[in-house]
Amino acid sequence: MKIFRAIGLTLLFLLTTLSSSGAAEADLRAIIAKFATAADFSETGVIVRELTATGDPAVERPLAALAEGNLYIRAADSMVFVGKEGSDSIQLFDPLSGEAAGEASADDLTQIGVNNTLRRTIRDALGTLTLGSKDPTVRIAAADTMFKTPDAANIGPLDAAIASETVASVKALLEQARGASILVSDKPDADKLAAISLIGARGDRDALSLLTSVEANASGAVKEAATAAIASINSTLAFWDAGQNIWYGISLGSVLLLAAIGLAITFGVMGVINMAHGEMVMLGAYTTFVVQQVIRTSFPGLFDWSLVIALPLAFLVAALVGLAIEHGIIRFLYGRPLETLLATWGVSLILQQAVRTIFGPTNQEVGNPSWMSGSFDIGQLAITWNRLWILVFALAVFGVLLYVMKRTPWGLQMRAVTANRRMAASMGIKTPWVDALTFALGSGIAGIAGVALSQIDNVSPNLGRGYIIDSFMVVVFGGVGNLWGTLVGAFSLGIVNKFLEPYAGAVLGKIVVLVLIILFIQKRPRGLFALKGRAVEA
Amino acid sequence: MRGNFAKITKILSAGVVAAGLLASASAKAAEDTIKVGILHSLSGTMAISETTLKDVMLMLIDEQNAKGGLLGKKLEAVVVDPASNWPLFAEKARELISKDKVAAVFGCWTSVSRKSVLPVFSELDNILFYPVQYEGEESERNVFYTGAAPNQQAIPAVDYLMSADGGSVKRWVLEGTDYVYPRTTNKILEAYLKSKGVPAEDIMVNYTPFGFSDWQTEVSAIKKFGSAGKKTAVVSTVNGDANVPFYKELGNQGIKAEDIPVMAFSVGEEELAGLDTKPLVGHLAAWNYFESVNTPENKKFIADWHKFIKNNKRTTNDPMEAHYIGFNMWVKAVQKAGTTDPDKVIDAMVGVSVPNLTGGYSTMMPNHHITKPVLIGEIQANGQFQTVSKTPGLVMGDEWSDYLPDSKDLISDWRAPLSCGNFNVKTGKCGGKGTN
Repeated sequence: MKIFRAIGLTLLFLLTTLSSSGAAEADLRAIIAKFATAADFSETGVIVRELTATGDPAVERPLAALAEGNLYIRAADSMVFVGKEGSDSIQLFDPLSGEAAGEASADDLTQIGVNNTLRRTIRDALGTLTLGSKDPTVRIAAADTMFKTPDAANIGPLDAAIASETVASVKALLEQARGASILVSDKPDADKLAAISLIGARGDRDALSLLTSVEANASGAVKEAATAAIASINSTLAFWDAGQNIWYGISLGSVLLLAAIGLAITFGVMGVINMAHGEMVMLGAYTTFVVQQVIRTSFPGLFDWSLVIALPLAFLVAALVGLAIEHGIIRFLYGRPLETLLATWGVSLILQQAVRTIFGPTNQEVGNPSWMSGSFDIGQLAITWNRLWILVFALAVFGVLLYVMKRTPWGLQMRAVTANRRMAASMGIKTPWVDALTFALGSGIAGIAGVALSQIDNVSPNLGRGYIIDSFMVVVFGGVGNLWGTLVGAFSLGIVNKFLEPYAGAVLGKIVVLVLIILFIQKRPRGLFALKGRAVEA
Repeated sequence: MRGNFAKITKILSAGVVAAGLLASASAKAAEDTIKVGILHSLSGTMAISETTLKDVMLMLIDEQNAKGGLLGKKLEAVVVDPASNWPLFAEKARELISKDKVAAVFGCWTSVSRKSVLPVFSELDNILFYPVQYEGEESERNVFYTGAAPNQQAIPAVDYLMSADGGSVKRWVLEGTDYVYPRTTNKILEAYLKSKGVPAEDIMVNYTPFGFSDWQTEVSAIKKFGSAGKKTAVVSTVNGDANVPFYKELGNQGIKAEDIPVMAFSVGEEELAGLDTKPLVGHLAAWNYFESVNTPENKKFIADWHKFIKNNKRTTNDPMEAHYIGFNMWVKAVQKAGTTDPDKVIDAMVGVSVPNLTGGYSTMMPNHHITKPVLIGEIQANGQFQTVSKTPGLVMGDEWSDYLPDSKDLISDWRAPLSCGNFNVKTGKCGGKGTN
């Protein structure tokens, strides 16, 4: 295989300079036609290698299509096509020229199957074939692939590519890929030592992975250099690991904050033990699902905006349900915590079963808009976009809520009712009305939390169950009745949890956190930030 | 406080009475029917998986009635809701058998619910068909296991990953939810991997709680474990709802199936329905059935299912096939025995053979497990699996794992004269003990 590749790569560079002839195209077609007779994955693999060995850049199209599972055989004449799925038929394209070649129904076509091994083979092959691409991102991807699967035969093409590379950052990657290839070749030790220092400077997990396998197979100075480079990478990675734990903790904290912040109002400010809080979150998530469903069927172009559209709707839905619960049940139970607890628990079951009846018991798919998918790197820290946006969103919600509570007349009334209900009532505040609106606000906030949580969790009738305990924990730990307490509580619980997890495991970590909270509450029954006031003493 | 407690008990007992009344209403139907109990959670956390199984049972019973019923009588389904509450499973099972006088029960999903009903079935001598893949280490006279035992799912899956086709995996992450099925399966897998020469430092075992949703630390630990220069794979026994955030995190952190494939034992078509599978293409699952299997039996089954459930998008999955096989086996055994008397049916069950949906026949073995093919599938962009490997023949369910020291000498054979679920071949005595 290595020989094939070496020949192929030499050919590639000959061909790119000479440009391919008509005869070559006929050969390629002959090879591609063999896909129709391949009986299993290994036979398909042989054909893929044969195509790669031609070194013709034209094979990129059929190979890429094959990797995506888009290469089809027409049953009628065993011709191979690139297919693109339309609404009810599959559009066909010529595998080499890419020209449209009519369409066919799915029943008349057989898809050529690929498995992981084949996909990897194709990826490696495409890596070498796309090294000369005009698009720098493609060249970066090619360099990356060649780094991960080093092969001595790559050195020649990489040398050529480095010589003609103009972008400095791509050039550095190409040089690292060349270094990786040198390490698996039989070049002299001096070259290998240079390569190790180059790769050691890269300092990421891929470099570590490569050097570990080099260390296992090498001897003498190369082995020592590899060991030293591994040690230095490990020490930098240990530093990044700590940073990673903090980030994960902050991210978990932001989820906890989002889940708990509505409860900080209903439980924290009003003192209502609302067991249906999690179901408000769930309603928000289901609102997102419905919005996405409508967008998918009617306005596909708006998909990236679906969450923005869902936010006000989720707030409204959850707030209205909250208002109904307050008006129908809770207002008769003020001052009777046990009955409130039981009644709201019943409500939570009713809401769960209602959603189950309407939407079915299975998970619903809520898609991530493109700006919430994937991740980016800061040093060795991979930060996923959805977690980052959720953090930003949680802080924004917190800020808005704080403003409402501290700076608006309504917030003032809310605080007045909390501090001293009778005094507030005699000052002319309609306390039942304030209660209802406060509860609706808390529920609405839970609803918009649901929009965010739909991005990282299941959208199922059980969604709320998972958050209710954590939410109460955060509010009680942070101090009932204090929004800042909820903020600090959420982030400290998140960070403690994520620091424990790598050492104690997720199960034990959670138990340890619970024990710590119990001990803390023993010492400070009112939580981190205890509220002072008449109502609290009463 | 006392007063409140009295109130709570009152409310609760009222609820129980109401539930009882509802259930007995369905039992009032004509006497000359054969009753079949369906014991699947329709509410609570497990409803997501079990509701489908209730529906598929109703469909199978409908179809049998359309064919003229059984022994000249119509079949009648008795549906109860154990509400994902394990002790309630036992109560509802007792109710089905003693009050509704059902001829057989199809039900349970989690191992803990099965363990909870076992004493009821042996005490009242009835039949349970259990349709879900499980950890093995059990064989009861009154239970027929139509789901996969570990050797019908886990072991072939690992074998595939070790093969050249599967990527010659050398380093293993065993990731599971913290309860009996993953713990036992991982114990078996660890022993199996070590017997194949995998050193202990190349195996990482990790457990997370039920419904776990913040997978950042675990996924980055997998990434870290995978950067040791050896081909790494994850074997996942992560259960139920926790899978969706797990796969989302894998996708977001850019772990591709070509680099670190995840082989799952609890992820089927149903679970994938709640996910965008494009970033997951190539991750694997091992089952005995996939919806994408191209056989006439399966096409008919899917068409019937869509017609019955009135929704063309509902998927089919492995436990549904298990119920299909189990129900047809029971029908055949009742016809063979000429009666629905559980005692006689249990004896008639062994050796009964019915078509499965993957183009072969499944047979009930003397250990009350069935023979099945093992399929390995890769997740596709459309949420279906593409079979990439299939065992050449049928695999017989092995209840007592050969890789665990406590159970390797045990066998089960419910035919006379042995009639024992845990016969120790070393000591020659019935009543050996397994690991749980």
